[in-house]
Amino acid sequence: MADSTAPPVRSFAQAAATEETVVPLRVVQIDGLVVLKIVKHCKECMPALVTGQLLGLDIGSILEVTNCFPFPSRGGEEEDEVEADGANYQLEMMRCLREVNVDNNTVGWYQSTYMGSYQTVELIETFLNYQENIKRCVCIIYDPLRSSQGIVALKALRLTDAFMELYRTENFKGEKLREKNMTWTDIFEEIPVKISNSSLVSAVMTELETDAPATQCDFDRLVLSTNPFMEKNLEFLIECMDDLGMEQQKFQYYYRNLSRQQGQQQAWLQKRRAENMARRASGEEPLPEEDSNNPLFKPIPEPSRLDSYLITNQVNNYCNQINGFAAQSLSKIYLMDALHE
Amino acid sequence: MAGGNTVLHLPSGPTGLVGKLHPTVLFNICDSYIRRNDQQERVIGTLLGSVSADGTVDIRNSYAVPHNESSDQVAVDIDYHRTMFDLHQRVSPKEVIIGWYSTGAGVSGSDALIQEFYGRGEVTNPVHLTVDTSFADERTSIKAYVSTNLTLGDRQLAAQFHEIQLDLRMIEAERIGFDVLKKTMVDKLPNDLEGLEGTIERLHIMIETVFRYVDDVVEGRVAPDNTIGRYLADTMAAVPRVAPDAFDKLFNDGVQDVLLVLYLANLTRTQLTLAEKLNTAAQIV
Repeated sequence: MADSTAPPVRSFAQAAATEETVVPLRVVQIDGLVVLKIVKHCKECMPALVTGQLLGLDIGSILEVTNCFPFPSRGGEEEDEVEADGANYQLEMMRCLREVNVDNNTVGWYQSTYMGSYQTVELIETFLNYQENIKRCVCIIYDPLRSSQGIVALKALRLTDAFMELYRTENFKGEKLREKNMTWTDIFEEIPVKISNSSLVSAVMTELETDAPATQCDFDRLVLSTNPFMEKNLEFLIECMDDLGMEQQKFQYYYRNLSRQQGQQQAWLQKRRAENMARRASGEEPLPEEDSNNPLFKPIPEPSRLDSYLITNQVNNYCNQINGFAAQSLSKIYLMDALHE
Repeated sequence: MAGGNTVLHLPSGPTGLVGKLHPTVLFNICDSYIRRNDQQERVIGTLLGSVSADGTVDIRNSYAVPHNESSDQVAVDIDYHRTMFDLHQRVSPKEVIIGWYSTGAGVSGSDALIQEFYGRGEVTNPVHLTVDTSFADERTSIKAYVSTNLTLGDRQLAAQFHEIQLDLRMIEAERIGFDVLKKTMVDKLPNDLEGLEGTIERLHIMIETVFRYVDDVVEGRVAPDNTIGRYLADTMAAVPRVAPDAFDKLFNDGVQDVLLVLYLANLTRTQLTLAEKLNTAAQIV
């Protein structure tokens, strides 16, 4: 492992101590093999969404992803059974891969997505599960649909530390978020992706590269019928907007309830004070102004802002996709124009 | 079984079988070769895929299998091979064992034994894929073989390997782009526009080449070639003929549609930022 390569003067404890000073993760370096494997798995299982595990090494600020293996897609079996089965599968696979000298540290997982709709609570849950065991892990998101447009739609994501802390304490009240100065952009952080290939692969690929000046990728990029993709994007955007509206309503409802409650509390207090005045005047002991048993003073739970944050993120993501895509379409249309003349 | 080790490698014409090799397999083989044990000459592994009715062998996946090799015997880790196959089956049940691969050039003596081992399994005629990773003659050679047994009575004498035609299915690789897969390090994935830019550039160069050729032919500098001429005519015919008015309308409609969507998207984004600002402003008040 990493420690065995350290100079022998340093004891294990020292090595471990230096590990403590965590270098922030800057780059995710993915092997070409991993990219191909992810693409293969995600494409073959389309339209089902699939996941798999990433294996690799964590070196300083670079996280190297050198191999991966797919998870079997879940059938309709019992949940517990599937879980135990999945864990077995994982262990067995890793044992096997270790035997052929593949790095067997888990560094995260990959998953396919449909039009970039990945920002869900499940993703966060999975992240925290992983994070418990592995300090640094990433999630690689691959979008097969977008890739058919001639883009390598690979993204490496992780949760920000601040968000994780907040999520653990389950604190998504408006107050707290403001206090932490946390905005919806602070949930996920995207890490730049680098692709590396071994020299051998590079040599083989150079050898095999076709002489044709245009490749499939070029054809994909020049396809003019962009409407279906755009439509889907807008459709999702509208759906998200609806969801956002629902969330807003929830908050409005909450605030209305809150202000009504406060009004009732005030009224109650005034009544109590007037009563106390009267009691004092007649020489009796005043009643306490606090009454925790009164249902009026029960705090109304504030709805979590997590959902609206996630939806906002999602909306932003769609907007970005549309933007990039529209720019591409415009260039294509103008190209068409030029060609026509 | 002394005769079983003999390899009769007779160069024969392409058999009916055609192998289709996916780039994932190639990458996998290279990776396992790099990660081989110290002092191991070559790596072998199992090929997964499917065989269609017309004899096309689709080689879609692979995994390395540890093995030991001495001068005249080989030991393949059968347990490992079995477990790995079971694991792969659970992910993609359609991919079955179709053969095996090894690195190195051509077929060697012990290959007959391994071939026999794979032949005893699910496939009757396993495909043997060799990838020359040594670059001995400064180019890589990737070959696929099937074998036939030469028997005398009940005694097996030798295995004869026939080379089969091998197609590289590079579509997936092309989709990602050779630029990404060829270099040893790519710092940044091209985004929407950068990719398109490269493509348009290439298109431009191609059109330029055609222009130059046509000019040359017209001015008599190059002897005209009918086949190329026909190709060019076909290409021109492929461009739909749209009346200028209709095209203008089409063009404007397209541009306006895109602009509208763009506007909407930007408006939404502005709203989001505004909401964000209001949220933080509420904190100050």
